[in-house]
Amino acid sequence: MSAIIQAKQILKQYNGVTVVDRISFDVQHGECFGILGPNGAGKTTTMRMIIGLAGVTEGQLHVFGYPMSPEQRLVPPRLGVVSQEDNLDIDLSVSENLLVYGRYFGLSARLIREQIPKLLEFAQLSDRGASPVRELSGGMKRRLVIARSLINNPELVTLDEPTTGLDPQARHLIWQRLRALKEKGTTLLLTTHYMEEAAQICDRLLILNHGQILDQGTPADLIKRHVESEVVEIRGCMLDSDLDCFENLPGRLERVGDTLFCYTHNADSVMAALKDHSALTLLLRPSNLEDVFLKLTGRELRD
Amino acid sequence: MSQLIRCNIIPTLGVFQVWRRHFMVWRQTYAASLAGNLGEPLLFLLGMGYGLGRFVGEIGDMPYMHYVAPGILAASAMNNATFEALYGGFTRMTRQNTFHAMLATPLGVSDVVAGEILWAATKSLIAGIAIFLVGSLLGAFPASTALLALPVVFLAGLVFASMGIVVTAISPSYEFFLYYTTLITTPMFLFCGVFYPVSSLPDTVATIARWLPLGHVVSLTRPLATGLPLGNPFLHIFALIVFTLLAYSAAVFFVKRRIIT
Repeated sequence: MSAIIQAKQILKQYNGVTVVDRISFDVQHGECFGILGPNGAGKTTTMRMIIGLAGVTEGQLHVFGYPMSPEQRLVPPRLGVVSQEDNLDIDLSVSENLLVYGRYFGLSARLIREQIPKLLEFAQLSDRGASPVRELSGGMKRRLVIARSLINNPELVTLDEPTTGLDPQARHLIWQRLRALKEKGTTLLLTTHYMEEAAQICDRLLILNHGQILDQGTPADLIKRHVESEVVEIRGCMLDSDLDCFENLPGRLERVGDTLFCYTHNADSVMAALKDHSALTLLLRPSNLEDVFLKLTGRELRD
Repeated sequence: MSQLIRCNIIPTLGVFQVWRRHFMVWRQTYAASLAGNLGEPLLFLLGMGYGLGRFVGEIGDMPYMHYVAPGILAASAMNNATFEALYGGFTRMTRQNTFHAMLATPLGVSDVVAGEILWAATKSLIAGIAIFLVGSLLGAFPASTALLALPVVFLAGLVFASMGIVVTAISPSYEFFLYYTTLITTPMFLFCGVFYPVSSLPDTVATIARWLPLGHVVSLTRPLATGLPLGNPFLHIFALIVFTLLAYSAAVFFVKRRIIT
């Protein structure tokens, strides 16, 4: 089975400024593929090219085997789009939003009416069908946008930062829904800057920074490839005066503000070496995607 | 399993689904909308027709009310379509991201733009019908052909909606619309024969005024509503269709340039 999305050396420039810099990746049928990156990395631009809202400056981009180009916009009826900004019809009710959207796809009224209760149930909005959208919470709106993107029974759903701005409960519910979609065999492509999100639902991901791919692979591979298995976070007042005494720790040290990160394969000896420094706060944890992400993209603030 | 949607100028049947969406939203607040549609032109009819009419008396053997009513009908078509295309269109294009939502479906830019224009023209027609009913009660539309002014109102709606969407597509903000209304639509409102004969203007100005879109609209609505002879109606209709097609093409181009980057 060929890839659902195939990007070969795609370049995107706006007025000569490179936003996406010759990236290549492919998304296979049935997987959840994540594009991770800090703000301004080129995630949304990549997504816009895939859904045909932005043209590719150079390179080849195929979706469902069809070339995407600015002049010949391809909109496969089996594509569902969840955009970053809410673009629901706030003047209409929840069900009416689904009805209107189904009509854009040319679906029959009968088919749409059959679909609506199923989609509401999927989005856990069954009792909200008649509510005006403007009365929904942020999490409900997001779930409705996701439900709406499923009206045409898409094979591929693209989600641009699907949980940005949501509280943890709302976010977990959305992750659960996305996993349910994946189990049904729907291919998912999402962008995010939440590492936990990527770890929770992505089978494979790529890390994008300044328009370039830093690495791609499964979450476990990326962690194995770039950081030691465990990390000890060290905080305390002695950091500055006693920096020397940390230098011999069996691990890689990284100083960020008031915290020293010691990445190591030998956490026991690190902990043992520090056990006499009672003024320090120590936290031992397994390395995660966030460590990989910060190592690859740097720790400076992005605006 | 896939279909190609060419981003060209000719809309698909999807345009009617766009229209239906706008109609559904309008239904939520139709009472306020109709009150506005009726109220303002009614005030103009009464204020101008009776108020100013008392001083003017007659223009070309007809009561001023009869003279001015088809002008107000034409001007209302312009104003309603313009307002919808500017403020409604801009809100949907930017704040509510409605265009983006539509373009994530098989709809193309031409469907979205044509749907906007068709809807704005529908609002002109709704307002036109409202004025026609009220004006008829006041006896402002004496001719038996007056009803034929309504299709002209719809055509006028298409012209001004198309022009309005062009402005919407190139506007950075709502404030920008003031350039357009001050420089384009208000001069047409005042100089294209809504309130007084264009012929009373200096020759050059009169010629320009006759060729502006609202000039053509008034040249059609007034004879139809008053029973005066129609001079060259096909020329005016043809001109309005040309204006519509040019502005529509520009609107598709500029909306596409703004959204598909």
